[in-house]
Amino acid sequence: MANYSTNEFRSGLKVMIDNDPCAMIECEFVKPGKGQAFARVKLRNLLTGRTVERTYKSGESLPGADVMDTDLQYLYNDGEFWYFMHPETFEQVAADASAVGDNGKWLKEQDSCVVTLWNDRPIDVVPPNFVELRIVETDPGVRGDTASGGGKPATLETGAVVRVPLFVENDEVIKVDTRSGEYVGRVKG
Amino acid sequence: MSHQDVDWQPSATLDALKQRAALMSRLRCFFAEKDVLEVETPLLSTAGTTDPQIHSFETRYAGPGAAQGRPLYLATSPEFAMKRLLAAGSGPIYQICKAFRQGEAGRLHNPEFTLLEWYRPGFDHFQLMDEVEALVAELADGWLPDVSAKRMTYAELFQQHLGLDPHTASAETLAQCAAGFPGLAGISGLDRDGWLDLLMSHVIQPRLGLGGLTFVYHYPASQAALARISQSTPDVPAIAERFELFYQGVELANGFHELTDAREQRARFEQDLAQRRAQDLPPIPIDERLLTALDEGMPPCAGVALGLDRLLLVFNGLTRLSDVISFPFARV
Repeated sequence: MANYSTNEFRSGLKVMIDNDPCAMIECEFVKPGKGQAFARVKLRNLLTGRTVERTYKSGESLPGADVMDTDLQYLYNDGEFWYFMHPETFEQVAADASAVGDNGKWLKEQDSCVVTLWNDRPIDVVPPNFVELRIVETDPGVRGDTASGGGKPATLETGAVVRVPLFVENDEVIKVDTRSGEYVGRVKG
Repeated sequence: MSHQDVDWQPSATLDALKQRAALMSRLRCFFAEKDVLEVETPLLSTAGTTDPQIHSFETRYAGPGAAQGRPLYLATSPEFAMKRLLAAGSGPIYQICKAFRQGEAGRLHNPEFTLLEWYRPGFDHFQLMDEVEALVAELADGWLPDVSAKRMTYAELFQQHLGLDPHTASAETLAQCAAGFPGLAGISGLDRDGWLDLLMSHVIQPRLGLGGLTFVYHYPASQAALARISQSTPDVPAIAERFELFYQGVELANGFHELTDAREQRARFEQDLAQRRAQDLPPIPIDERLLTALDEGMPPCAGVALGLDRLLLVFNGLTRLSDVISFPFARV
């Protein structure tokens, strides 16, 4: 992997810090009028999600991190790993719980996800912004209630629980925004 | 490519550009009333700054007078030429001009920027701080509620914020101090002045000039640049008769009680060039015309450079230099 000097620093750059892959969020050039120039950076550790701050002397460099975002199709979960497949090469990768994190609850077979690979190992999984999932359990619907005020919890086929309007019934398919975890609407079957 | 994709428009608002014009005319009035002469000096120069921390743009002239071509530097400051005018008997002078710095671009840096630089024969750095304060107060009238200025020595600042003496602390002590701040851990390979710069710019400076002007004066002798160095006594270390001005954590001005001794000036240039060699930086020709002028006799004086883009920035409470520059570097 290439090394990146401070002049190449920019937000989005993926570099290795203390043996972990990190993404630059912010980069600032700091220099006294007469004196040493520095690059002050804020980074997100791609394994832990934590934000770190670092300062480098101008001209120093950091090793790049071999990190790639790829569109992979979600296949299934065997209780330990979540399996994904490249739609053209049919190559499969297995992501563990630390990579999938909380997003496991939005993963539906056949959906295309953005899987972040570090040295070909999945470290992050981002589901589509909108997913369509079937309700497997919710209180009986209330006829005539079309307003969204109030609402009730509904458990979806993937195990996710979202608040839905009172009129929504068991076994219906709904559209959910995975970024906010909010109900968007019913999907006509 | 559609017109929307081309960033042809200015990044500053028209209001900001009008404020800039108003600022220029107010400061010209300020100096006219004090009989300080406005001058212009070349932006192209045969010699450049030898300062290892300041990098010059190099260019080349070819044509009548230089058939083989002639290398030139874009001025990083008008200092050398203005000092030649002082030695030639100009009396007090000021200049508003562009300065060029290679390798400096960011939120508070643009590779070309606008400087106000002025020199006062007969003044020392304390008298010049008074005048800087008066000028900023006059320009700030109607902009900022309070520009009363605080003055602190570099040593007082380090004592207050970090509990150490910047004139005597070793590089190791400074490195240990820096390691205690989140975000500064892990940096290495700095010399003593590098550590001082790191602590000053990252830890102390963000807290300087909050709500009012702060002058910092009497820098370490190793950071004298072109300032006089007062001789040390058994109780007091040698210090540079240099000051800087800060407002809202932003460095606005740098001033010197000017070095007038040609021999000492040559020795500092040589020292700079030795540092450049050690750091594999390109050599820069020494300004022999300046040295000859100093040898002929430059009157004792104090001089200061004030960044006008940054002044506009802090007056407006804005955060990025591009908010007050018509076309910043990214759009030139």
